[in-house]
Amino acid sequence: MAGIAKRYGAVAANVEASLEVGRGEIHAICGENGAGKSTLMKILSGGARPDAGTVVVNGRDVTGWGTAEAIAAGVGMVHQHFQLVPTLTVAENLVLGREPTARGRLVLAPALAEIAALCERTGLVIDPVRRVGDLTVGEAQRVEILKALFRGARTLILDEPTAVLSPPEVTDLWRVLRRLRDDGGTIVLITHKLDEVLAAASRVTVMRAGRTVGRLATAGATPADIARAMVGRDVALAARDAGADALATAPPRLVVRDLAVADAAGRRVVDGVSLTVRPGEIVGIAGVEGNGQTELVEAIAGLARVRGGQVTFDGADVTAWPVARRTAAGLAHIPEDRHARGLVLDWSVADNLVLGQQHRFTRAGRLDVRGIAAHAAAQVAAFDIRPGDTSLPARALSGGNQQKVVVARELGGGRDVRVLLAAQPTRGVDVGAIEAIHARLRAARDAGAAVLLVSADLGELLALSTRVLVMYAGRLVHEVEGRVATPEGLGPHMTGAAA
Amino acid sequence: MSRPPGPRWAEALLPPLVALAIALVVGDLLILTFGQSPRIVWGVLLEGTWGNAYGMGQVLYKATTLTCTGLAVAVALRAGLFNIAAESQLAAGGFGAAMAGLALPAGAPAILAVPFCLGAAMTAGAIVGAVPGGLKAKAGANEVIVTICLNFLVLALLNWAVAEHLHVPDSLHTATIRAGGLPRLADVHAAFRGSAANATVLVAVAAIVATWWGLFRTPGGYALRAVGLSPAAAEYGGVSLGRTWFRALVWSGALAGLGGVNYVLGYKRYYEEGFGFGAGFLGIAVALVGRNHPVGVGIAALLFATLSQGGLAVNALVPKQMMDVLQAVVILAVVASVPEVRRLVAQAVPRRP
Repeated sequence: MAGIAKRYGAVAANVEASLEVGRGEIHAICGENGAGKSTLMKILSGGARPDAGTVVVNGRDVTGWGTAEAIAAGVGMVHQHFQLVPTLTVAENLVLGREPTARGRLVLAPALAEIAALCERTGLVIDPVRRVGDLTVGEAQRVEILKALFRGARTLILDEPTAVLSPPEVTDLWRVLRRLRDDGGTIVLITHKLDEVLAAASRVTVMRAGRTVGRLATAGATPADIARAMVGRDVALAARDAGADALATAPPRLVVRDLAVADAAGRRVVDGVSLTVRPGEIVGIAGVEGNGQTELVEAIAGLARVRGGQVTFDGADVTAWPVARRTAAGLAHIPEDRHARGLVLDWSVADNLVLGQQHRFTRAGRLDVRGIAAHAAAQVAAFDIRPGDTSLPARALSGGNQQKVVVARELGGGRDVRVLLAAQPTRGVDVGAIEAIHARLRAARDAGAAVLLVSADLGELLALSTRVLVMYAGRLVHEVEGRVATPEGLGPHMTGAAA
Repeated sequence: MSRPPGPRWAEALLPPLVALAIALVVGDLLILTFGQSPRIVWGVLLEGTWGNAYGMGQVLYKATTLTCTGLAVAVALRAGLFNIAAESQLAAGGFGAAMAGLALPAGAPAILAVPFCLGAAMTAGAIVGAVPGGLKAKAGANEVIVTICLNFLVLALLNWAVAEHLHVPDSLHTATIRAGGLPRLADVHAAFRGSAANATVLVAVAAIVATWWGLFRTPGGYALRAVGLSPAAAEYGGVSLGRTWFRALVWSGALAGLGGVNYVLGYKRYYEEGFGFGAGFLGIAVALVGRNHPVGVGIAALLFATLSQGGLAVNALVPKQMMDVLQAVVILAVVASVPEVRRLVAQAVPRRP
């Protein structure tokens, strides 16, 4: 791909973007959110037509082709958000769109054999008669990859494939991708996790502001090199940081005792969790997603019904308090799902910046419109939210800037934050924003907040946490000082292997 | 994602204007099939509505009721709820106003009697709104189903009360109220003679302003809109979903109830079975075309009232039902062209679990 340009209205998504991937190569594309990675891949996989430039696949000029032609030519895309029908089986999902029939009836037997052979060859092991809805996220992703391969893809594009995987699953994925490469397949990997680039790819293309700004071989490159190319300046990558020990003897701010939370089906997803967080301390919770971390945080925030146990802030029993009262008592909450929980996407940045604090911006029964605007202008400046137009809907911002809005609301504007719940605070956020958000978490900690950090990113947990707890199957199964914790040490506990 | 093109007013006004243009084209075709000249028919329509004081009065009268029911539906939709019961809330409001007017002694001063009757109308509508609101908040009952059922129940109850106990012999209406009546426009200016327009139009304008203020300038309105756009985010922001749903449907019911004043206090001065003529259901269309904005609702109410009154004016040339068709075209065009409306409709229609 050379000289690619693509505009969406006034926004130039790609300018002079280029990409060159050799056959039998695992090639990473790196860049901040909004750098134009997805647009470039859309053009490659036939989902969009470039305004300028050429696309050449296997020596053939295919500029402006469509999805069907791309699939026919063996270019397949594995999307970040799975495009599977949960009520169908694995095999039924794979044949969807070209169902094998005999006299009008669906005949799966030949397809099943073909799928078994494909699984065998690629190492993507999965039982083809299981329902997709029953699969784990990692398994569902294997089905996505199988789907592309089943349709004859020789060039696979994977968009942020590890966002939802546990460390062992990530290792598995790299193994599968290498096998595909050794088979002569070509793999393009979109990611913004730098360690993954180094672990999986042989070369990396770095994009910034729609342009290709560099291409380097991963052998000999360091994360700092790539980060510099992505952001255009030096970046402080997450470094170990023990934090302020001064308050370590203070009484705990957040105490959770024997907490139990049940899901809709009555399963105990949080099962007798007890923990304490002192002021000036960041307690990290590690674990594969879906082991009760979400429910634990929501219960502490007052959003999930508690089956048993107790939550206290500074000694006050808040277990029965509604959200608003907890907020008034100094709770700040960076929710895991910023689209559903953290933001009203159709609202302006200004309106979003007072969500949960609307009563602070009420004078004599009416909203203080001017106060809200002034607050918004101040927060946008303080947290470097871009673009700085506070009347834009939150939907129009990039993921990193959306997250900055959430963080600014929860931690900015002179709030007295006593307990901070940070769930996946940097998920889907670019390197520059991660740096800023980490700095804010540390600042909250240094100001005496008790911080509970839940993250799927072990690097982040280890860099920030005073202590690390591991959650598995709704229980806390392991505790270790942040200073001495390692991914290797935590891994077995996260998968239940050490139990 | 980029910013939607153009300034905000264009964003708000363009879809309804496009819808109107489509309706005009469809109208032209319909008129041609009846062998008439579109220019003449549209001319007669305008002359019969905005061309003289009587027509204008009739349009204002119809628009008044539609504004109230449209606001009612819009407030509920802003909270993510579909209130189908505006029809029975309108009737209940009229009934409440009539009962209040009958309970007052003759000659009670208007300064006390009018607010008392308005309050009674809003309370009656609010009570009908509280039923789906309470059931939704406490039991999670789907408000669409509850409000549909409620229409039958409330209208049957009111009809029974009037037919069995309260009617004037040989009629289906109650006795004339003793106090609380509102002046007709004809009392102010003789040119409006014969038209039903009355001071309730001022009440409707006040309702538009109050609803705008409530939705966009109060913390309660902020919470209501948050619940409508993103319940999960609202909950996270410390807003109680149940309480907000309840308040929204009570507020909605009160607005629809206020519409009943137009007929009972302003026009006939008694309650009569079926006085609403479907204005409650048409309120849904008014809210959608008005894009759930109070000012938009007012404009849409005028549009629908013009089409409805215009249908009578052109009846000699083309069947007046043609205007019903045009109303439907406007609704379809708006629903199809406004993503926001489309999304609200998708949200409010019950989904299979």
